[in-house]
Amino acid sequence: MAAKKPADRPNVSKEELLKFYREMLLIRRFEEKAGQLYGMGLIGGFCHLYIGQEAVVVGLEAAAKEGDKRITSYRDHGHMLACGMDAKGVMAELTGRIGGYSKGKGGSMHMFSKERHFYGGHGIVGAQVPLGAGLAFADKYLGNDNVTFAYFGDGAANQGQVYETYNMAELWNLPVVFVIENNQYAMGTSVKRSTKSPSLWERGAAYGIKGEAVDGMDVLAVKAAGEKAVAACRAGDGPYILEMMTYRYRGHSMSDPAKYRTREEVEKMRSEKDAIEHVRDLLLQGGLASDDDLKAIDKEIKALVNESAEFAKESPEPPLEELWTDIYA
Amino acid sequence: MATQVLMPALSPTMEEGTLAKWLVKEGDTVKSGQIIAEIETDKATMEFEAVDEGTVGKLLVAEGTAGVKVNTPIAVLVEEGESADAAPAPAAAPAASPIAAAAPAAASVPAQVAAPVATPVAAVGWPHSDLPEGVATKTMTVREALREAMAEEMRADPNVFLMGEEVGEYQGAYKISQGLLDEFGAKRVVDTPITEHGFAGIAVGASWGGLRPIVEFMTFNFAMQAIDHLINSAAKTLYMSGGQMGSPMVFRGPNGAAARVAAQHSQDYAAWYAAIPGLKVAMPYSAADAKGLLKTAIRDPNPVIFLENEILYGRSFEVPVQEDFTIPFGKASILRAGTDVTVVSFGIGLTYALQAAEELAKEGISAEVINLRTLRPIDYDTVLASVMKTNRCVTVEEGFPVGSIGNHLAATIMQRAFDHLDAPVVNCTGKDVPMPYAANLEKLALTTTAEVVAAVKSVCYR
Repeated sequence: MAAKKPADRPNVSKEELLKFYREMLLIRRFEEKAGQLYGMGLIGGFCHLYIGQEAVVVGLEAAAKEGDKRITSYRDHGHMLACGMDAKGVMAELTGRIGGYSKGKGGSMHMFSKERHFYGGHGIVGAQVPLGAGLAFADKYLGNDNVTFAYFGDGAANQGQVYETYNMAELWNLPVVFVIENNQYAMGTSVKRSTKSPSLWERGAAYGIKGEAVDGMDVLAVKAAGEKAVAACRAGDGPYILEMMTYRYRGHSMSDPAKYRTREEVEKMRSEKDAIEHVRDLLLQGGLASDDDLKAIDKEIKALVNESAEFAKESPEPPLEELWTDIYA
Repeated sequence: MATQVLMPALSPTMEEGTLAKWLVKEGDTVKSGQIIAEIETDKATMEFEAVDEGTVGKLLVAEGTAGVKVNTPIAVLVEEGESADAAPAPAAAPAASPIAAAAPAAASVPAQVAAPVATPVAAVGWPHSDLPEGVATKTMTVREALREAMAEEMRADPNVFLMGEEVGEYQGAYKISQGLLDEFGAKRVVDTPITEHGFAGIAVGASWGGLRPIVEFMTFNFAMQAIDHLINSAAKTLYMSGGQMGSPMVFRGPNGAAARVAAQHSQDYAAWYAAIPGLKVAMPYSAADAKGLLKTAIRDPNPVIFLENEILYGRSFEVPVQEDFTIPFGKASILRAGTDVTVVSFGIGLTYALQAAEELAKEGISAEVINLRTLRPIDYDTVLASVMKTNRCVTVEEGFPVGSIGNHLAATIMQRAFDHLDAPVVNCTGKDVPMPYAANLEKLALTTTAEVVAAVKSVCYR
């Protein structure tokens, strides 16, 4: 892992650490619950869990302001929770119910919230990259100082449209942060088996785009890098590339047997690099929170997630008329 | 031996041009490769180089002359000591030359249509107008109509912008956007690199971000590189977001066969896009269609695929001068009323349909010609009402035969007007082959007026 040591991290308040802990834990517990509901047949189709990568979205959201936009791939539940979308609405979309963000018509991979400036949720690998640059194009055109976070994985990083977008984003100085969530595996193909590039962010140099690799398991490092990237974009010096070195603990999707890596490799990441454990340690070792404080948060998050699952089970399926709505504005 | 210099064809569809400027005068010596004249086509002003060496014996066409047909002799080059009078007399019938036989106009356009564009009523079928009677009109080309539609909508809404390859500084690959950069500036007339997939995606994102993009594809053949964003991103997002987010934008550009550009540049995508829920699809025939439909497309809150035709760009039609002239989507027009057979077409297919109707009239068959204008939504009611009156139907389009618009209409008519039919519906389409390059084969690959005439006779049992 091309990691920055957390030693040079900025000062961080107890409140902020607790916020990070809470937000990352929400994503993890939510995803565990989603996995459970999938196993019960309540969630259908493809379901890509974000467990392991929580620090990336939580850290970057801490660098964002109201009005900033985000867009990502089909592994999108974490991004939605991190930008303030309601867990109930997300879970109900997973179960295909009317209470979901897309009235049950989008599912796990296609969810949106105009209110929270979340532009999907895209099932075509790499498509969100030019789409995200287009959101930034609009903001620049309209003359505001909003920034768009366009998230994509190490797999999407080999798509041609990513580089078409790099070229135009730099040509037009678009305020977009390209966030490569390098979780080491594009479905079952490791980065090493898909490219000889030593790093993915450095490919931006061919287009004149600045960037860096970041320890994506360290929420404080993520936030610091995000602030730098966002500042560059707001100053008219975008775009910017952040390659988040991260790891997903679960399979690519729920139906992935994960034979392409060893159990030991996963265990090692969980025990040595876990993003939530890291913040937990900072809180406890720094004397900023007690075991009981954290247990109270755990309990609160568990209740919130259970509530979302109950809502997702009880929310009715969309009425049949919904088949024919929302095709044309 | 004196050599004639002929008016060159400077684009695949050029039929004539303006001799804007001579850069040599009589008595000058020219070398091969020397620029001797500036010639204005309907797309651009081009420099014209001499091929042969010699002395300019005579300039046969004065500078500033418009409507000079391709292959007309424009100058005579003489060798040393030779008199210009020794040159052969200007050929009266350039069409006899081998180059003229390959001229684009001959390839896919009925001869009558190839009449000089400068004549106000050049288009076949005109003035069989579908415009309201008494409305004031002016003559303009489809090209001018498209440009005027964009300019008017850009003036009205600051969030409308145009992006694409060569739309700005080059003034448009087909001159559609000529002058727009000067009026609206580089912020709103955005030149892109050659990167259709990328800029189509950026435009869709911009539409979600509050803008109303007009994306120009240099041709819809190149939109194949971008089709994922047209379908998966633009067409489906409103539905996938439960109605939260639509894509108010237009993808426009020339579609279908031009002339002699072969398989990869000649496909008609009408039926493909018309198959996609979430898209709207317009395909104008006349300049009035072009202007009225494009203005409607730009204002529409949904993604619109706007299929133009390069051969029609230079044709002139009457366009209403009324302020804010628009044509609603889903409303076909009857270009020619008739009683014996319904001929349904759209876009350039109407040139065949209208010409066939003329010929059929001479034989006592009265054809009603319907211009669909939009293929999604499609105006079934107008088609069905006409078929219920005539009891016969022929469809005309340039696209491939399998899964064509004609197939769909035939199925619809069968389901909804079966008892009114006196004959099976016949589809005239392009042939089931990639477009060949050779002029004679290309002509065969497209549908023809003769095929439409034959189809109509067959459904009339004549």
